[in-house]
Amino acid sequence: MRFAFSDDQKMLRDTVRDVLQRECAPDVVRAAWEGHPDGARSVWNTLAATGVIGMRASEHAGGMDMSDLDLLLPLEETGYAALPGPLVDTAAVGIPLLEAAGTDEQRERWLAPAASGEARIVVAFEDQAVVPHVASADLLIAERAGAGFCVPVSEVSVSAEQSVDRARELGRVSLELADRHRMRGDVDTRAVFALARDRAALGTASQLIGVSRRMLDMAVQYAKDREQFGKPIGAQQAVKHRLANALIEQEFARPLVYRAGWALATADPDAGIAVSLAKIYAGQAARFVAKQALQVHGAIGYTIECDLHMWMKRAWALAAAHGDSAYHRERVGRHIL
Amino acid sequence: MDLDFTDSEEAFRRECRAWLEANAPREPLPSGDTRDGFALHLDWERALFDAGWAAVSWPKRYGGREATLFEWLIFEEEYYRVGAPSRVTQNGIFLLAPTLFEFGTDEQKERILRPMARGDVTWGQAWSEPNAGSDLAALKSTARRVDGGWRLSGQKTWSTRAAFCDMAYGLFRTDPEQARHRGLTYFMFPLRAEGVTVRGVDRLDGDEGFAEIFLEDVFVPDTDVIGAVHQGWKVAMATTSSERGLSLRSPGRFMATATRLIDLYHRYRDRSDPVLRDRVIQAWMDSQAYRWFTFQTVTRMMQGESIGPDSSMNKVFWSEMDVQTHETALALVGAELELDEGSESAVDAGAWMKGFQFALAGPIYAGTNEIQRNIIAERVLGLPRK
Repeated sequence: MRFAFSDDQKMLRDTVRDVLQRECAPDVVRAAWEGHPDGARSVWNTLAATGVIGMRASEHAGGMDMSDLDLLLPLEETGYAALPGPLVDTAAVGIPLLEAAGTDEQRERWLAPAASGEARIVVAFEDQAVVPHVASADLLIAERAGAGFCVPVSEVSVSAEQSVDRARELGRVSLELADRHRMRGDVDTRAVFALARDRAALGTASQLIGVSRRMLDMAVQYAKDREQFGKPIGAQQAVKHRLANALIEQEFARPLVYRAGWALATADPDAGIAVSLAKIYAGQAARFVAKQALQVHGAIGYTIECDLHMWMKRAWALAAAHGDSAYHRERVGRHIL
Repeated sequence: MDLDFTDSEEAFRRECRAWLEANAPREPLPSGDTRDGFALHLDWERALFDAGWAAVSWPKRYGGREATLFEWLIFEEEYYRVGAPSRVTQNGIFLLAPTLFEFGTDEQKERILRPMARGDVTWGQAWSEPNAGSDLAALKSTARRVDGGWRLSGQKTWSTRAAFCDMAYGLFRTDPEQARHRGLTYFMFPLRAEGVTVRGVDRLDGDEGFAEIFLEDVFVPDTDVIGAVHQGWKVAMATTSSERGLSLRSPGRFMATATRLIDLYHRYRDRSDPVLRDRVIQAWMDSQAYRWFTFQTVTRMMQGESIGPDSSMNKVFWSEMDVQTHETALALVGAELELDEGSESAVDAGAWMKGFQFALAGPIYAGTNEIQRNIIAERVLGLPRK
């Protein structure tokens, strides 16, 4: 038993952190909110150049053959930066889906461009019609009628929907299921997409940890800077305890996320339950931290002039995406009761 | 990262399990916080010691088996899994001993550790005073220099099991010129000596688990000072950090409680509802969260990191989880919850009501959760003290 990341994994995290610190300031997120995603797209390309986006791809496709676990810390950093874009869909879910169930032609066409950052992948699971970032993506991998389909987004009809988190560019997709888009039929499609769902939930959980950390950092800084009654508001016990509670929620969620990454990477038979725990705790922590951060900021936090709102809205959206707490708790309940 | 236990850790688990299953009392002992129960618990402690299980992580020369921290966690999981008795030696083994290992002299370790672990000499803690609870540095008990040692005077309170114990440890003011946390010294002192009066205090659950200790010029030799004179605060803080963190409450205890709760749910599911069912699931998940958090912490410790104020997060989490888990159990039991251990027909011999009352102490002892949250805010998050 050794529950810590390796130096290589931490180095990769630091690389991603540096890129995002340099290139993904809050104004980049804000620009994406206002319909100008160029800055975010440029961050995407820099990240791709570090190898992070394609790290799950095989070396043959320009990737690094790395695991679900290796991707966790980079994803957490993208949550911290609120990086707009389908990073979980492309890096954590789409690329492994193509590797597992893409036809030779599909893999040839999409894997290397996805790994290099040129092509962005979004995924629509069965019953999922609304897909974040679909309009600006290149490939839609859809699970429909028990089969997988790789459909170029240019062939998908997309109607825009509005997310509370404008940077998520939601689109409602409708597609005709054509045989030429079918993924391989000789794999266990149900199992492949079940695993993909867990990867989507875990990647989202990892980003949620980053989102929490950022909101807590903002709130702590604000509590130190903002003075009332002649002293920082963070000297007041009521404020301290809110922020202490926020830290506890966040820090108890974090190891569950890492443990789920290990479980998926090692194909642990309980990996699905581990993912559900991760998603529940990361989602609840992020929503809880959002509430505390807002209260600590007071009125300024209740405006869209303050950056906090972009992270709060990301937290709400991600906490409900890929299985909300009720969904995952039911899954755990069936397992233990 | 490797979240599988190693072959030797698995072997250690099998060894623990085999011994505990063969030797742990089949029926629960009477509460260790009563005079008769305490004596029966000491018999069990001796059996543990003689088989080398009393303090698995200690050096062999003191009766341990030099287990790693992970092996200790494994032992604890197995210990609570079989429902073995609560550890009445806890205040010695888990609170005083870590202090002795860090600050004690070789002579002290040789003299004190083995009898402590065997239950031959039993230890109570003596931190709080009537006017020094959360504000421990306000303590007033004094130690006066005399030939060859010190004379202790003052009053300590909320001393767990001190009514049955032989010895205690705590802080006394050795430099009357100094205020607050300066000028304090860490002493071990006898509870059955001239000048000492111990008065048991019945706890919320009716057991005599607490005591007040009155000291009037009680002689203590120099050899019973731990660490340097006037440096007691620093020495004591080392102990409180282990009290809040791992050593007091390892995950095994809460995992066992969650397992018992699930068993209770199956027996009472007819009167359950979706809300209660969710609470049962939550209790199980929280015990898992605590387990993985602890594994992460222990990895840091094994890599030589000191945990420091992070231990306050542990303490808040487990103590509030424990209350919620017992509240959920009582909600499942319904109106029968009021039948307590004295009633023949009490559910699970009244263990849930008993456990609930004990759990309620968790957010209070070892530094209230209010104090813990202050520590987290000020020393982990860096918020201003004033």
